[in-house]
Amino acid sequence: MNEKPTSITAVQEFIQSAPGTVWLRGGGSKPALSTPANGATALELGGLSGILEYEPAEYTFTALAGTAVADVIAALAENGQYLPFDPLLAEAGATLGGTVAANTAGSGRFRYGGVRDFILGVRFVDGRGQLVRGGGKVVKNSAGFDLPKFFVGSLGRYGVLVELTFKVFPRPQAFQTVRAAYPDLAAALGATFRLAQTSLEMDAVDLLPQEGRCALLLRVGGLAAVLPERAARLRQFLQAEAGAGETAVLAEDDDAQLWQAANRLAWAPPSAAVVKIPLAPKQAPALDARLGSWARRYTCAANVAWVAAADTAVLHQTLCDLGLVGLQLTGQAADPILGQRRGASLARRVKQALDPNAVLGMEV
Amino acid sequence: MAPDPFFKALSQLYPPERLLTQAVQLMAYESDALTAFRARPTAVVLPTTQQEVIDTVRLCHAHGVPFVARGSGTSLSGGSLPVENGIVIALNRLNRILKLDPEQRTAVVEPGVVNLHISEAAAPYGLYYAPDPSSQSICTIGGNVAFNSGGAHCLKYGMTSNHVLGLKVVLADGEVVEFGGESAEGVGVGPDLVGLFVGSEGLFGVALEITVRLMPVVERYRTVLAAYDSLERAGDAVALVVASGLLPGAIEIMDRLAIKAAETAVHAGYPANAAALLIVELEGEAAQVEQEFQQLLPVIEASGATEVRVAQNAAERATIWKGRKGAFSSVGRLSPDYVVQDGVVPRSRLGRALAEIDRLSRAYGLDVANVFHAGDGNLHPLILYDGKQPGALEHAEALAGEILRLCIQLGGSITGEHGVGMEKRSYMPELFDAVSLETMRAIRRQLDPQEIANPGKMFPGGEAPALALHGMHPLEKAGVISRE
Repeated sequence: MNEKPTSITAVQEFIQSAPGTVWLRGGGSKPALSTPANGATALELGGLSGILEYEPAEYTFTALAGTAVADVIAALAENGQYLPFDPLLAEAGATLGGTVAANTAGSGRFRYGGVRDFILGVRFVDGRGQLVRGGGKVVKNSAGFDLPKFFVGSLGRYGVLVELTFKVFPRPQAFQTVRAAYPDLAAALGATFRLAQTSLEMDAVDLLPQEGRCALLLRVGGLAAVLPERAARLRQFLQAEAGAGETAVLAEDDDAQLWQAANRLAWAPPSAAVVKIPLAPKQAPALDARLGSWARRYTCAANVAWVAAADTAVLHQTLCDLGLVGLQLTGQAADPILGQRRGASLARRVKQALDPNAVLGMEV
Repeated sequence: MAPDPFFKALSQLYPPERLLTQAVQLMAYESDALTAFRARPTAVVLPTTQQEVIDTVRLCHAHGVPFVARGSGTSLSGGSLPVENGIVIALNRLNRILKLDPEQRTAVVEPGVVNLHISEAAAPYGLYYAPDPSSQSICTIGGNVAFNSGGAHCLKYGMTSNHVLGLKVVLADGEVVEFGGESAEGVGVGPDLVGLFVGSEGLFGVALEITVRLMPVVERYRTVLAAYDSLERAGDAVALVVASGLLPGAIEIMDRLAIKAAETAVHAGYPANAAALLIVELEGEAAQVEQEFQQLLPVIEASGATEVRVAQNAAERATIWKGRKGAFSSVGRLSPDYVVQDGVVPRSRLGRALAEIDRLSRAYGLDVANVFHAGDGNLHPLILYDGKQPGALEHAEALAGEILRLCIQLGGSITGEHGVGMEKRSYMPELFDAVSLETMRAIRRQLDPQEIANPGKMFPGGEAPALALHGMHPLEKAGVISRE
């Protein structure tokens, strides 16, 4: 029996003879998800690593699931391409499989969509050790059920991801960031609502409440020659609005550092548990009012909240009250899903089809 | 025939004018846009509320009666073909836009809402609904969800699935489930149930409420039309555009026969005698698009084009697209009948695929017109034949099958956007191994234990109505709808 397999066959053999519950771990960058529950056996997938196919002209690549996101980013960058959903915690060692299973896209997902919008194909080992394929290796495909999308957010409970195919895009030549300061979250949110009805294209829209104020960070990417003009237009739009405080266009180095820091969750105190909360932007103020002094950041124009919770039990109650759901990424968790889940009965039925003996992860 | 108690219950649910059982009423529902298949349901119901749909599905479940949910019936894969011993749930009257929030860029709609109506409702706010199947003026969002419909502009922003954020559905056994919501992140936590449901071809149940994301109306388009003296050169030009690092909104190619058809029908004024036409469209913020355009032009000019035209205004852009979007129905003027395929190949294998299709065309003695989404390798070969000749349809279907196998061999797929439906299910075992297919079927059985929701689609086997010739869809002949 091998707990750190280096081949797909070895993963199948491990699952087929699994002694009990199996917990999956990639790079360990999200400990709340990868630390095994009591009595569970850890299956390390970091040994299942490597890019198998990458033809830049196809805008696709296929890699083993344990491949480090950072390695993929480097290989793509050599050809002027990138993963537009901005996989989170790349520097901390996140793997492709872990990024899909946890559904962790970063701030950059605003422009072209999240993990679900770039995954094309999947091979996984189901709860009986069978190797199953879904989707394909071409950018457009509607044959069969869309299992690749289903596995986004699957948390290692429905199958062991072993091979993944993604769509990629040409990387914007350059980026610039416009920063504006607002008196509070509601005011910053109001600016994003008005921006939503313009044709201005942004790569990231983050809202960062801090010390009684709220920063709005707008990142623009594209051809270098017109970038200053586009950033200036964006800044002008904000300045023309009531309530906008100081606005600035960041220097190039500051821009890069700012978004790298966001990708490694540098805004969150190391001792806190970072929780991802998808929400409608208009739900953000009600959530924010309940968070006290905890650090938080809103990405994707406040369609996702990230909260550094000092007490996850309190946050769980808050989310239940507001009808929201959250996923704990860091810290320790008995159950990383907080708040109110939707569609659980449907998920349970799929679990029955893919892992009838409940070998993988926790109950769903 | 379904048991009588079922009909008794059904007639308590619907007034007579919304419960169709007469042969003359049922005929209209016998087939969808894939007119080669035809089957008469035992009844058609026309619900106007979500509760009526739920009650109908529960009734079907209780009596083991198969049902097929249907919108406008524009499926090209026989996806909404009725089942002879079952009923059709026609959802066109369940067509309210329940909510439109321009600030959050979302809309909540019922399944019978026509695709284009969402964009029309969003237009006053500078927003639109992006997926644009060629039938968008009549196809419904429920059908788009079931078949993960595409269109010419999928390259940058994806297909239907990439634009659906939340769903309320009634599963085949009557359970009502809601998942996802108004967050752009969709489900966000836990498996992506929205992703699983979209494209499930009606095999899980019926979507009752669909939350979609809206996009800002495109500020600037730059549309370039280039003519080539060979199809291969046009294909090579696509590779050059892609290699230049640009990300156009659409890259389309038409071959000689398709150009001829489009010229005959809509007089798009395409360059005469071209062997192939390439359409490249840039879209986005004005400053960025103008700069991209400055990069694109030299690439196209160096690609061996015999003529390059740039749309100077919205009217010229519309003319370019009119010829492209009407190409399919135009082919009807060149040939009494045709079948269309929807296979996908890796972009770098387009040239090989087209050469092989040309060889097959000559070997079969059948003309094939090619109109395709070159940017994402999505082929649409139209195989022309004369249905009045005995065996001609079968001969054309055999050629179509060889093209699908070719797509599989080249590492692609049998369908990019039309779905498997009735038409391509026998090729599924060539695309997926037995374990993968059985796994999909196991999921289906968990969600629909009696397999009464749109039975006979996607999976091989089962009772299939015989292929029969019925010509083009009347709306297609009239040019109202067209196949991408």
